[in-house]
Formats: sequence, C-alpha cells, structure tokens
Amino acid sequence: MSCIISHQLIKEIERHLELVYPEEGAGFLLGKLPKSTSRIITKLILLENNWDEGPRTNRFLITPQDVLAAEDQADALGLSLLGVFHSHPDSINIPSEFDRNWALPWFSYLISSIHNGKTASHRLWQLSDDRSQFHEQKLLQENSNLIIAE
Amino acid sequence: MATISIPTPFRPFTEGISKLELKANHVGGAVRELADQFPTLEQHLFSENGEIRSFVNLFLNGEDVRYLQGDETLLNPDDQLRIIPSIAGGCEVNNQLF
Repeated sequence: MSCIISHQLIKEIERHLELVYPEEGAGFLLGKLPKSTSRIITKLILLENNWDEGPRTNRFLITPQDVLAAEDQADALGLSLLGVFHSHPDSINIPSEFDRNWALPWFSYLISSIHNGKTASHRLWQLSDDRSQFHEQKLLQENSNLIIAE
Repeated sequence: MATISIPTPFRPFTEGISKLELKANHVGGAVRELADQFPTLEQHLFSENGEIRSFVNLFLNGEDVRYLQGDETLLNPDDQLRIIPSIAGGCEVNNQLF
C-alpha cells in the first residue's frame, strides 16, 4: 500500500502542525476510495486538538462530532476519509503504544515529526488487521496538483 | 427493524456493507450481533476484556447512547444506530528526538 499526496497538501499539513506546535495537531486525509493499492489524497480537513485530559504536547483527540462532520463533508464532495495526520512534537514519528491502542483499522496514519517548531519529516503507517503493530506505507509526494483519473 | 451504520474504516471487515438490519433489541446486543456476523471486526469493536473499545461511540437517532442508557438502551423498529469513532493518539514522552 502506498499513498500519493501533492507537495501543496504536504505544505498545508506542515503549516497547520507548525502553527499549533508545541501542541500536537491533527486532521483528516480525504480522497477517492482506492481502486488499486495506492491511495490518492486530494483534500485535507484541518482540525483543532480536542484532547482535554492533560497536556496536548503529547496527545490529540478527534471527537466523534468532528468525525461526523468530516464524513458529511467528504460525502458532499464525493470523497472518503482515507486517514488521519498528526504531529509528534520534538519526538520520533513512529506510532506510540497509545497511537496503536486508539488506531482505526484500514486508515492511513501520517505522522509528522516537528522539531523546534519546524517540520523534520513525515512517515506513513497502517495498523495491522490483528491490531498488533503498525506497518509502514510508502508516502509519495507529487510536485504539482494531481489530476485524478475517474 | 433497527439498523446500524458502519463507518468506512470498518467496512473492509463487513464485505463493504455500510448498513445492517438488526435483530438485537438493545445497543450492546447490536454491537455483539455485528461482531458475530463479521468475526474479523470483533477485535476492533471489543477490547481483550470484552468491553466495547473506547473509540467506538454509538449514536442512536443522533444521540450519544452514553446520555441514554448506554449499552442497555433499547432499540425500537426504525431506530438508526450509528457507529462513530473518535480518534486519539500521541507520542511517547520518552521518545524525544533532541
């Protein structure tokens, strides 16, 4: 499995995550349901971090109300929620145990390492069907806006 | 019959089905019925100790069942139950880069 995303959308993700640093930031990755093993991300939904059980420097929460609104927005655009992006401020972008415990299957998880307020790197992951681990996916960045074949 | 709606990330485990008619007469029974019908989905719905996972939220006719009678909330014909996940995560504090 791989995920294709435009350079423009990657920059949009970086701006959002750097803006909320040192807190974690998050949002949705949208695109058409894949007909092949590649997922093509064509739109983002940027979200507020609604974690309220402690510091947001190492936790994020997307509420069910956020999910519902995002699903409705995706439906209206003829798209689907394909995954989530979030940041690990000043930390490695490998899924944590907490990430694994809360992860949804099938979704692509883009995790961005933010170092001193600037994006260091992005890595993409997917939960295994038995929930035991994450597998890394290929993240392919395109230089221009993508034209999606129907 | 009441129905249950299944979110996109769970549909690979339900043969692509997005909505299912239920025989169960309460919310907890509905989730169990879904897991029984699609066994590979069970581990995503229930934790190892048999509890419905924290990120699995159930809305009955648009209302969070936590504000009704929870898993014991009764289902009526024409009721629409919807699974809406919440999503959380975050880094380990001992995995600091720098």
